[in-house]
Amino acid sequence: MERTWNNKAWFLVLPVLVLVAFSAVIPLMTVVNYSVQDTFGNNQFFWAGTEWFEELLASDRFWQAMGRNMAFSFIILAIEVPLGIFIALNMPKKGWGVPVCLVLMALPLLIPWNVVGTIWQVFGRNDIGLLGYTVNALGFDYNYVQDPFDAWVTVIVMDVWHWTSLVVLLCYAGLVSIPDAFYQAAKIDGASRWSVFRYIQLPKMQRVLLIAVLLRFMDSFMIYTEPFVVTGGGPGNSTTFLSIDLVKMALGQFDLGPAAAMSLVYFLIILLLSWVFYTVMTNYDAER
Amino acid sequence: MARIDVNHIRHSYLAEPRKDSDFALKEVHHTFEDGGAYALLGPSGCGKTTLLNIISGLLKPSHGQLLFNGRDVTGLSTQERNIAQVFQFPVIYDTMTVYDNLAFPLRNRGVPEAEVERKVRETLDMIDLSDWAKRKARRLTADQKQKISLGRGLVRSDVNAILFDEPLTVIDPHMKWMLRSQLKQLHRRYGYTMVYVTHDQTEALTFAEHVVVMYDGEIVQIGSPAELFERPRHTFVGYFIGSPGMNVVPVSIEGKTARLGSQSIELPGAPKAAGDNIQLGIRPEYVHVGSQGMPVTVTKVEDVGRHKIVRATLEGRDIAAVMSEDDQVPAEPKVRFEPAGINIYADSWRIEMGG
Repeated sequence: MERTWNNKAWFLVLPVLVLVAFSAVIPLMTVVNYSVQDTFGNNQFFWAGTEWFEELLASDRFWQAMGRNMAFSFIILAIEVPLGIFIALNMPKKGWGVPVCLVLMALPLLIPWNVVGTIWQVFGRNDIGLLGYTVNALGFDYNYVQDPFDAWVTVIVMDVWHWTSLVVLLCYAGLVSIPDAFYQAAKIDGASRWSVFRYIQLPKMQRVLLIAVLLRFMDSFMIYTEPFVVTGGGPGNSTTFLSIDLVKMALGQFDLGPAAAMSLVYFLIILLLSWVFYTVMTNYDAER
Repeated sequence: MARIDVNHIRHSYLAEPRKDSDFALKEVHHTFEDGGAYALLGPSGCGKTTLLNIISGLLKPSHGQLLFNGRDVTGLSTQERNIAQVFQFPVIYDTMTVYDNLAFPLRNRGVPEAEVERKVRETLDMIDLSDWAKRKARRLTADQKQKISLGRGLVRSDVNAILFDEPLTVIDPHMKWMLRSQLKQLHRRYGYTMVYVTHDQTEALTFAEHVVVMYDGEIVQIGSPAELFERPRHTFVGYFIGSPGMNVVPVSIEGKTARLGSQSIELPGAPKAAGDNIQLGIRPEYVHVGSQGMPVTVTKVEDVGRHKIVRATLEGRDIAAVMSEDDQVPAEPKVRFEPAGINIYADSWRIEMGG
């Protein structure tokens, strides 16, 4: 068979290529460009090679921020996932309670990040904040501005407050898709409450849970706005996460080279983790 | 196995039912004999699933009593009643193997593992899934899954009854037939009391010894398939069973003759019909098309394979007749009603014809 070779189709893809170039590739290459050079202002650049990368990977500051990120993601997942499942299991399945619960659950998700931060910043203050004042009045020494532990508690409680709803809504969607017959059959089979959860509800929620974990992990790993507004990364560096550190370096200290190197490493970490999750999810699908 | 007495049971889904029409189940009083195979047949919304769920204990009736072998079980939970139920959609525990699925009801009741093993093996044999024991249940086909749902009922040898709620809805037609005959075999061999809900007359008539026809929250007739066909107690049974359904035409009665417009029809007896809502019912199988009888206008002839269905109008009424494949509709078609196939109805209920 005679084949017609025609490359004109490439022109049709051109607009997309141009768009992607301007929105992603060129900015990214600028960052790459910065990351291998040093600058002292006046648009003077000097070749630095891999110096910034080596410095970054050898710096305690980076690894500590990284450790905090990991710890933060792990803690909020350990709280939000079980709590989300628990709430979803106890939400009404029909009647007037359904819309009420759904709206209540959706509310925190609708509030912009910086507003959430501001709310908790004020809420937790021990001079005028309802939470901070009450907790102190009850005899606990709580001060997120000075105590690193209190700062962590505040940031974690804030994230749980803000994002548990997402896990709840996803789990709830999984739960309501279970036909009544499953519960009836379980009754007839004499299954206990735990068995119903273990063998009916959990398997049906598995898929949405995986998505919930993925979303919450990536989001929490990139957390910036809320802790920045509440604690500004302090006290000391105790709540300085990678993203906060990055902004400090790039905008606060104007160390473009190291900041660019850090951006790239940060980007690669997120890319790697997303790939791992994607692979796990697709493998899981294939297994089904 | 048990005899099940449904003792004047009424049920409404409303909290405070006032009118008769508030009841999904108007009043059902019936005995399911021990070891019988029953079908509950009726259109959607006639209350058959409600009745089934009352028997299984998933619903508590608003009024009336339910007895298993004479013992009142109305207040007992589903578990305590010890029944098995197979639902419209196969219910399996996805994450378990076929074996564990069948072992589940036994393990929940604390049966020793050796006994579980013996019972599950036996049940796997019964439902023909021995080779699949180690497989994950979610990988099976719909009919295999439905067999597992059934197996989970069969595995408990002491169940009082096995209830089926339209179990073959999602099964392929050729598998339907196989599963149905397997069910019949199981029934014959082990003598379970089976109640089978369906809206499919073929399913009901082939599965059951006794067909309970329900309509609008009431039982309208209980009988063998032949009785339902020959002597429908209610015009609804006539319409609902048979394909096409029974012809029902309004008539007036004079002794042993029924008058339909200008035509008179010979009856096998003189019905004691009072009132003005009198109808004559005759199945298309008993309407003979030929050159003798009452003149009709043929509107359509449908060829359905082994026979033909003739649609015609008689005195302005639509009627259907069945004709053998080789016969032809004559140029001036006439119909004759075979007296043996004639039933007379007053207010939709059948009345007896004295000799």
